[in-house]
Amino acid sequence: MPMFNKSEILDTIRMIDQQHLDVRTITMGISLLDCCDADAKTACGKIYDKIVRSAQDLVKTGEDIEREFGIPIVNKRVSVTPMALVAGASDTEDYLPFAQAMDEAAKAVGVNFIGGFSALVQKGMTPADRRLIAAIPQALAQTDLVCSSVNVGSTKAGINMDAVALMGRTVKEAAQLTADRDGFGCAKLVVFCNAVEDNPFMAGAFHGVGEGDRVINVGVSGPGVVHHALQAVKGQSFDVVAETVKKTAFRVTRMGQLVAQEASRRLDVPFGIVDLSLAPTPAVGDSVARILEEMGLETCGTHGTTAALALLNDAVKKGGVMASSSVGGLSGAFIPVSEDEGMIAAAQSGALTLDKLEAMTCVCSVGLDMIAVPGDTPAETIAAIIADEAAIGMVNSKTTAVRLIPAPGKGVGDSVEFGGLLGSAPVMPVHAPSSADFIARGGRIPAPLQSLKN
Amino acid sequence: MRAIVTVIGKDTVGIIAAVCSLLSRHKVNVLDISQTVLQEYFTMIMLVDAGESDLPFADLAELLKQKGEAQGLDIRMQREDIFNAMHRI
Repeated sequence: MPMFNKSEILDTIRMIDQQHLDVRTITMGISLLDCCDADAKTACGKIYDKIVRSAQDLVKTGEDIEREFGIPIVNKRVSVTPMALVAGASDTEDYLPFAQAMDEAAKAVGVNFIGGFSALVQKGMTPADRRLIAAIPQALAQTDLVCSSVNVGSTKAGINMDAVALMGRTVKEAAQLTADRDGFGCAKLVVFCNAVEDNPFMAGAFHGVGEGDRVINVGVSGPGVVHHALQAVKGQSFDVVAETVKKTAFRVTRMGQLVAQEASRRLDVPFGIVDLSLAPTPAVGDSVARILEEMGLETCGTHGTTAALALLNDAVKKGGVMASSSVGGLSGAFIPVSEDEGMIAAAQSGALTLDKLEAMTCVCSVGLDMIAVPGDTPAETIAAIIADEAAIGMVNSKTTAVRLIPAPGKGVGDSVEFGGLLGSAPVMPVHAPSSADFIARGGRIPAPLQSLKN
Repeated sequence: MRAIVTVIGKDTVGIIAAVCSLLSRHKVNVLDISQTVLQEYFTMIMLVDAGESDLPFADLAELLKQKGEAQGLDIRMQREDIFNAMHRI
């Protein structure tokens, strides 16, 4: 009787080798609340020092774990306190240097993104929030690794429509300033409703004020593994589909939990959460859309897609929750168009539209993600898309987000190319009728009733 | 520290000997071993104890990987914990 089970070992190796099983990210959250200073230069110095001091061993530790366990850990990243809260103490109008300090620190420690050039304005905006949002387009154009997010709504506060209007213009401006790179700046900017404080995934990661000084959060992935598992139960009922997804999610999450604990121990930083997300990549065999199609849809985006996604999203959570001591972050299936080979194909074929994607975000994490729209889309239309998405999040008590790229100089039929994990995307049409008067109203959409739910 | 060594590839003479001698050179103790040949494909799984090894774990894994590549084999050494975590409650 051997002391190990051969088929289990070979299963694991196949998942890693052929089905793209990986840990998508180890993200260290770092509080910068102790870096506030009346002098902006001093504050930036403190920010740089604290990030470098905290995360100097992060990349090496990740690589060590990768080698010892034989599991790819794709990204090592840092998230920090929403910068508006830190920069607000400084006597300056210009917040760009804060983004530059983040960028330099991220490069010094070798991570591939740093998140937290952020503001939380779901109910109102402080002068610091306004200055930060004003600096976002330049920050995204002039830095390489800084990611930005703004939370414009929540179930408890409602939707700040002034902030929504402002973000419509900010997205447009970010695209213009990076026009030479297809509007790449927008790929690093997320507009949230109900943003979570412990999300390890970029571009929306920040270290919430309710968190400790430092924390390790891990995001797992594995669409390829789920897809492969479902291929073995072709034609069987949805009960079998749900069970299969649950079992697979359990295994994937256990691996993430192990890596998270190991990283936490080695870095001597508390373990925060495992984020149970199915995060696709542009690689063939690593697609969420292909899982939905495996359930029996000819093309992702056709009728039945929302139901298939609802089942998938729920089963991933049910399987994952038991596998981890602490689950958090966004925890759901992601449907970023440019980062998912099957979504790209479905959008190109015309079966997947912006309206269908919006419907899909009602039942999954996170929102309209990495979608290229025509470069001449008005700021008010982008703001209205943000408002629609925020309304879905607000009413359903879930996180929603918008990461749109109004690709400068491009129209429907063109495509944008970002390369790497960010992939490429066909430019998708938006509705032509104007939302300008709607956005011009400003003010707040009140928080919804939490009872009488129908 | 227990680890699983897997060797997968086309069957040739002396695979087990080559892997075992490399392991013994670096003071890694073999606890259990299982191997099969299916349609000319060789699969060997070993449970080893690398606690007394003279090399850091990651270096040893890299050495085995290179050794495998030289012979057209896929050799990997992974901490046992990963398999236990994924398949046991």
